[in-house]
Amino acid sequence: MIPGSIKRAGRVLALGLSLGLALLLGWAMFDLPPAEIRLPEQVAARLAETGVSHPVTAVLLDFRSYDTLLEVGVLLLAVIGVLATRAEVRDGVEPAPEPVLLALARVTVPLMVVVAGYLLWAGAHRPGGAFQAGAVLAASGVLLRLAGRLPAWATPGFTMRLGLAVGLLIFLIVAAGVMVGGVTLLDYPSDLAGGLILLIEAGLAVSIGLTLAGLFLSAPAPGANREDAS
Amino acid sequence: MTELLFDALLAIALVWTALRALLVPELFRSVMLFIAFGLLLALAWARLDAPDLALAEAAIGAGLTGALLLDAVGHLHRIEDARRKQENPEGRERRGEPS
Amino acid sequence: MSGALLYALTGGVLFAMGLAGMILQKHLLRRILAFNILGSGSFLALIGLGQRGGPPDPVPQAMVLTGIVVAVCATALALALARRLLSLTGTMSLPGDEDVTD
Repeated sequence: MIPGSIKRAGRVLALGLSLGLALLLGWAMFDLPPAEIRLPEQVAARLAETGVSHPVTAVLLDFRSYDTLLEVGVLLLAVIGVLATRAEVRDGVEPAPEPVLLALARVTVPLMVVVAGYLLWAGAHRPGGAFQAGAVLAASGVLLRLAGRLPAWATPGFTMRLGLAVGLLIFLIVAAGVMVGGVTLLDYPSDLAGGLILLIEAGLAVSIGLTLAGLFLSAPAPGANREDAS
Repeated sequence: MTELLFDALLAIALVWTALRALLVPELFRSVMLFIAFGLLLALAWARLDAPDLALAEAAIGAGLTGALLLDAVGHLHRIEDARRKQENPEGRERRGEPS
Repeated sequence: MSGALLYALTGGVLFAMGLAGMILQKHLLRRILAFNILGSGSFLALIGLGQRGGPPDPVPQAMVLTGIVVAVCATALALALARRLLSLTGTMSLPGDEDVTD
């Protein structure tokens, strides 16, 4: 074992280095000149070509859609990883549904689905979009789980797996499909761009919602892990 | 001036909640403070003209991450309880008796 | 000093705090929490620096939106791994550190 004094010295060193890093970062930020390339103007200048009028959505799904495509891949990998590494779900006692939560879920879950649809639609011209819509969908899934209306995911069935992958699939099909028209990957034609982006976003919202909810749902049921301690 | 004052207060609150979340001994309170931190961060995004991020942070950063962490803390506590019961099976009855 | 720079500086402080937490804490849940604070700090720095004395910049905003979603996925995966470690070894710390559960 490492003696206590060396350990303490190590802790002090780590704290000191972190403090130094904070000071260095602050100093660098004070000294940093404003960027020479003005990105907001460049985005605004070419916004008309994207078919959406909200600049953040335009960047996410048109100018930098490659990042988003890979991100959706990361989401899928994460949920596969969670499903693969969790301890096996035993058929434990499901908790009795909480009446208050259940009543709350009955009122709010339909509303949340409507809000998710609105956010998805609104993303084209104001703050909102697939990520926020997916997050709201996921939150309704979590609420249903807490209210005892959804079982834990033992093994997701075919429909669930399709739902998890549909965002990435649609995105890939569109990304590669535009190449038929003789343009490069992910370079949507201007007149179709708005519709294509909405199509991709709809798939993304479903997949993101299911993925984020699945990350929560695939945890073993509260009653199921009693044997884990032995 | 007022705006800068608000920004300064929010910045202090962010650093303070983060520091408390890292340092409080009980895990449960630590997670609660982290959720508060996420909500404050959503406010900061709103102040930085980033409503998209405010929405995402409130729903994902504070909400979902908080739910995931709370679930993990609950799991940990249940396992601890089960282990304690196993090591000291009569402990429960003894605690229940009026002294 | 503008508000945006203030937030960027706060982000720098949070980054360093999260880093210190990740190094010094032994409990894996706390390390995951510290990782989230570290990430939030870097997001704040990105947005704050992109916004000094100018209009809101959509490019870092889109990047950070991506980052928030990836961060929650990483957190969930890390929690799943930590739980697996707990059920296999009965401890919530990495090999080499002293055992902690609660």
